[in-house]
Amino acid sequence: MNLKLHVWRQAGPDAEGRFETYEAKNVSPDMSFLEMLDEVNQDLIRADLEPIAFDHDCREGICGTCSQVINGIPHGPETKTTVCQLHMRHFSDGDEIIIEPWRARAFPVIKDLIVDRSAFERIMQSGGFVSVSTGGVPDANATPIPKPDAELAMDGAECIGCGACVAACPNGSAMLFVAAKVGQLASLPQGKVEAATRVRSMTRAMLDEGFGNCTNHYECEAACPKSISVKFIAKLNREYMRSFFKR
Amino acid sequence: MKLDGKTPSGPLADKWTRHRQEMKLVNPANKRKYRVIVVGTGLAGASAAASLGELGYRVEAFCYQDSPRRAHSIAAQGGVNAAKNYPNDGDSVHRLFYDTIKGGDFRSREANVYRLAEVANEIIDQCVAQGVPFAREYSGYLANRSFGGAQVSRTFYARGQTGQQLLLGAYSALCRQIAAGTVTMYPRTEMVDLVVVDGHAKGITVRDLVTGEVRSHAADAVILATGGYSTVFNLSTNAMGCNVGAAFKAYRKGAFFANPCFTQIHPTCIPVTGTHQSKLTLMSESLRNDGRIWVPKGTDEDRPPGKIPDSDRDYYLERKYPSFGNLAPRDISSRSAKEVCDEGRGVGPGGLGVYLDFGDAIKRLGAGAIQERYGNLFEMYERITGENAYEVPMRIYPAPHYTMGGLWVDYNLESTIPGLFVLGEANFSDHGANRLGASALMQGLADGYFVIPYTIANYLARATPGAVTTEHAEFKASREWFEGLASKLLGINGTRTVHELRRDLGDVMWECCGMARSEESLRRALERLPEIRDDLWGNLKIPGSAGELNQELEKAIRLADTVDFALVMVHDALSRDESCGAHFREEHQSEEGEAVRNDEDYAYVAAWEFQGDKAAPALHTEDLVFQNVELATRSYK
Repeated sequence: MNLKLHVWRQAGPDAEGRFETYEAKNVSPDMSFLEMLDEVNQDLIRADLEPIAFDHDCREGICGTCSQVINGIPHGPETKTTVCQLHMRHFSDGDEIIIEPWRARAFPVIKDLIVDRSAFERIMQSGGFVSVSTGGVPDANATPIPKPDAELAMDGAECIGCGACVAACPNGSAMLFVAAKVGQLASLPQGKVEAATRVRSMTRAMLDEGFGNCTNHYECEAACPKSISVKFIAKLNREYMRSFFKR
Repeated sequence: MKLDGKTPSGPLADKWTRHRQEMKLVNPANKRKYRVIVVGTGLAGASAAASLGELGYRVEAFCYQDSPRRAHSIAAQGGVNAAKNYPNDGDSVHRLFYDTIKGGDFRSREANVYRLAEVANEIIDQCVAQGVPFAREYSGYLANRSFGGAQVSRTFYARGQTGQQLLLGAYSALCRQIAAGTVTMYPRTEMVDLVVVDGHAKGITVRDLVTGEVRSHAADAVILATGGYSTVFNLSTNAMGCNVGAAFKAYRKGAFFANPCFTQIHPTCIPVTGTHQSKLTLMSESLRNDGRIWVPKGTDEDRPPGKIPDSDRDYYLERKYPSFGNLAPRDISSRSAKEVCDEGRGVGPGGLGVYLDFGDAIKRLGAGAIQERYGNLFEMYERITGENAYEVPMRIYPAPHYTMGGLWVDYNLESTIPGLFVLGEANFSDHGANRLGASALMQGLADGYFVIPYTIANYLARATPGAVTTEHAEFKASREWFEGLASKLLGINGTRTVHELRRDLGDVMWECCGMARSEESLRRALERLPEIRDDLWGNLKIPGSAGELNQELEKAIRLADTVDFALVMVHDALSRDESCGAHFREEHQSEEGEAVRNDEDYAYVAAWEFQGDKAAPALHTEDLVFQNVELATRSYK
């Protein structure tokens, strides 16, 4: 099939961006979206033009590096699917496709489709951990954890930190990202000890980084390639309230 | 030269404990005077950086990704082994040790493997304490499952994402240290050279992948945890950025490269669909618990799989290995698939695939049970192939996946360059000629959490902190060397893209040094590789400049290293004139096509020394001494 791509090009963080139009020819339905872009880039290089810069790494939907808004939807039209796992059989001959970077105040563009997600790092550094050092911990089976608690923790822990939730949210909120980590650790006895300080510092860091607030659009859940539920945001709110009543 | 692995004396089970008593320590107040560089933030690198930061060292950590959380350890699915013996099924440290040595076809160092088995239990404790949500039973206690090559249930797991969860655990510990100021993190930064001063590793040269700036970082010791080199094959299950560059730069500076020909080909990957393909996707080998592998008996079969009666199917693993059947170890399963495809009986486009059929299991257990066990894998398969594996059999084919070879290290994980330590997949030490499932995560974390914090102290205690700074002439020379290399690559201005050259290289390596090798194929590779090297340096085309974000330049720098490294790998495969584990030399097989080892001549580690850019590398050996296990022929019949 042949496609027409409208791709966001931006030379640097302060440069003005614009859409450029490219033809993608002889696209196989078995290609992934990124392999299609690889081919377009090959053509650009051969034509002495600058290839499109985009972030990608594992190409199996787990590292969370790829980050493109396709036709207005972060990671594109398929549910539970990252861009790297989106295949061209979901498009048809003659389609026009608009490709943009994540758009959020807290994720400035570095170049073309690559954005700076270091704000997520700083949120994690503010408290997304259990304060345990290597060694001297009890046997793994010393504290039984009810299976439903462990499963709930795992539901949150599946977050790949891609930032689609932020890109999808009209407020550019990172609430689902923060909630997934807070919810994971607050569900486990190991994480409960610091639950109150963690939720306070992570939400503070989130606001400091310029992320917006949650107004219940649920776009984050719809865009999340791991289908992390907005119930985690409810749990985040509960944990936040609870933190005021705890020492 | 005979290499000394520095294995401590005394009984096997006491070696590590005794060694820890005997090693020197660094006084807590002095630790902050020492700088340590950690390159790579996968399981080994992140756990090492965090643990050293906790101890008080000043750590600088580097990764090429935009976040340490994205290292390729994240893609490991199956699980992590430990000899907890929670299921009461007879596991022990000694059994885990023995299974690992045997699985590696007796080409690893006894003492290292024993230590690995010994500290594995602590890994599980540590991860649980960090909040890693391992699978649990209804009792609330940890669940275990079985994996290939073992007769006990010792694998801990977190759904199909164990690597992700363990990495996020190590990453959270790393985040804590970054916040505490003990670790300085440099993401989107790639190591482009190792700096050696007076024979000791004293720093690295890096390229900032956003600005293109080339910088020096000095330290009192350097740790490489930069993963493996499966991308030498072009199509592998590795991430696009995985590369041998850091390890190869160390090799060029004098670190020996050990057993590079030991590369693992994973049997259950999704087959290749076309030349556009950038990578292959692995599906957990746990699928082989319920799926039956087969190909048509005849070569001219054109019926769809559902229309082929049982009498016309060849369940070749069940036929050849009746006792292990579809659960034969990875190297054996992969080679058998290649064999039947070479005979012209492969299925799917291009005939490079075999069926993995869940039809019988669905009849026996119901589709619901299969979905519960493998639902996420079936979804992944459908996303990539567009086929529903509940209705038609999956098609699978082996793909390069993990490399057992790596930089040579002694018992302290120190390379032949003093002060340069190598952890995880980047070293060669624990898996011999074949790695068992769920052992990679175990080794990465063992090295990072529980080995390097002790052994690096033993080195640092003898070094003067801050003895060398980036003002030293070696740093300037290294920066200039790299800048020269980058501008040379950019200046070629030829006609061939990195992508095309990478595919040429990958095809040669897969054809000549892949699942099966022969003297003839390896000699062919030795002829082809210099041609590819010349093509690269004569015809490469990269757009843009060095002083900016330039992904083509990044790829070209990595490819230049990979081409040179490939030669070392082929030399190793040629010189190891035996079959062992994943290294299958066609000349050395039994009548049934099994690998035939030659312990008399090859029970050694082959460590290669750099001799100049176009010269053949020099071979050094370390004899492998087995005092606690008997060398046996692996049999899975």
